[in-house]
Amino acid sequence: MTGFAALLMRDLRLAWRRPGDAAVVLAFYVVAVALFPLGVGPEANILARIAAGVLWCTALFASLLSLDRMFATDFEDGSLDLLLLAPWPLELGVLAKCAAHWIVTGLPLAVLAPVLGVAFGLEPASLAALAATLLVGTPTLSLIGGLAAALTLGARRGGALLALLALPLCVPTLIFGAGAIEAQATGEAFAGHLAILAALALVALATTPWAIAAALRQAGE
Amino acid sequence: MADLHFLANPARFRRFSQRVLPGLTFATVLAFGVGLWLALVQAPPDYQQGETVRIMFVHVPSAWLSMVGYALLAALGASLLVWRHPLAALMARAAAPVGACFAVICLLTGSLWGRPMWGTYWVWDARLTSMLLLFFLYLGHIALSRAYDDPDRGDRAAAILALVGVINLPIIKFSVDWWNTLHQPASVTRLDGPAIHSSILIPLLWMAASFLMLFILLVLLRTETEIDRRRLEAADQPL
Repeated sequence: MTGFAALLMRDLRLAWRRPGDAAVVLAFYVVAVALFPLGVGPEANILARIAAGVLWCTALFASLLSLDRMFATDFEDGSLDLLLLAPWPLELGVLAKCAAHWIVTGLPLAVLAPVLGVAFGLEPASLAALAATLLVGTPTLSLIGGLAAALTLGARRGGALLALLALPLCVPTLIFGAGAIEAQATGEAFAGHLAILAALALVALATTPWAIAAALRQAGE
Repeated sequence: MADLHFLANPARFRRFSQRVLPGLTFATVLAFGVGLWLALVQAPPDYQQGETVRIMFVHVPSAWLSMVGYALLAALGASLLVWRHPLAALMARAAAPVGACFAVICLLTGSLWGRPMWGTYWVWDARLTSMLLLFFLYLGHIALSRAYDDPDRGDRAAAILALVGVINLPIIKFSVDWWNTLHQPASVTRLDGPAIHSSILIPLLWMAASFLMLFILLVLLRTETEIDRRRLEAADQPL
């Protein structure tokens, strides 16, 4: 557990010392979301209708942005080799890296999304639902993204390939995340959608660390 | 399983496939000849769908085989990661594009059938979407296995991806039962027996068998090509 905490703190400290990296992701989120009213047109009812999907899809893209460096920097400077040799499970280390990625990107996205939702004319209750779904859903994105990052470590055209691998696997989270906000707006079972979103996160939590660790061991060979 | 391990040696596999291929090619051509006659001439038009029911004789077997193909990729991935069989990697490389083609055929024939029957080429229905995702997973597998300068690394990464992506298969299979959307529920693989009249069911199963033979034939042929390609690359490398 000390190894987990140490690795988590190290990654957070690294992110803290280079705040620009996380800020770029958030800036991308704001700019990309702002494009939709310009592209679709400023009619308030259309914007409110598509807000959940737009904010969720863009959050998915934004969380992909920082993934290619999740293991790449460790791979280049050799600290990944030390992680592989460490006398405690690599799965725990992987979990710490994913947790750090979530705290640096997923959490700020979930906080920022309701602010952007106001510009789309979402109701206060919908804004709360949006923040809740992103809080529950973004850990899944970090875990699946971590898997894609580990699989593409050292590959040619890594960035585009990473998106090609991660996006199809993120679709269930996207469907239930955006669906939950829709359900909340129409008075359907919001809790049910949120529960499925949480279930997806737990399944990802229970399965992806093993797959990521296996992928990293292949990369380290 | 012992026999499968026996075939894990590429040279032995090549001798086996060269013995099997001529007969299998002949049988596949014959099966398709009979199957197409059964499906296009012999089977009666459906009382609701009319002649468009014949699209199903291509659509359903392709859908089955695209799923079989992905299950094969996952099994090959497992055997590559567990036993490090060299042949499993080559066969996965050979099978992925074949499975992806069957997924495309399934999606295309499905939308051609959907236009007259549902009035639209595409709907975002649970089964169509999950089938599209299967196609994307195939694309990811193909791209990942070919994205490394060291082919072994790509093979193993793709094997892990295949094992993770296999979660999608039960979602495709049961999507029509879980989300009761536009695509009709399963009518052949049901516990209480098929819900299709034998005049259509028999051509369908015959076509499915022909497609399965075509699938095996293509995978064997392409695996041979991969073995040859790997040998040429090995021969090209400076000592």
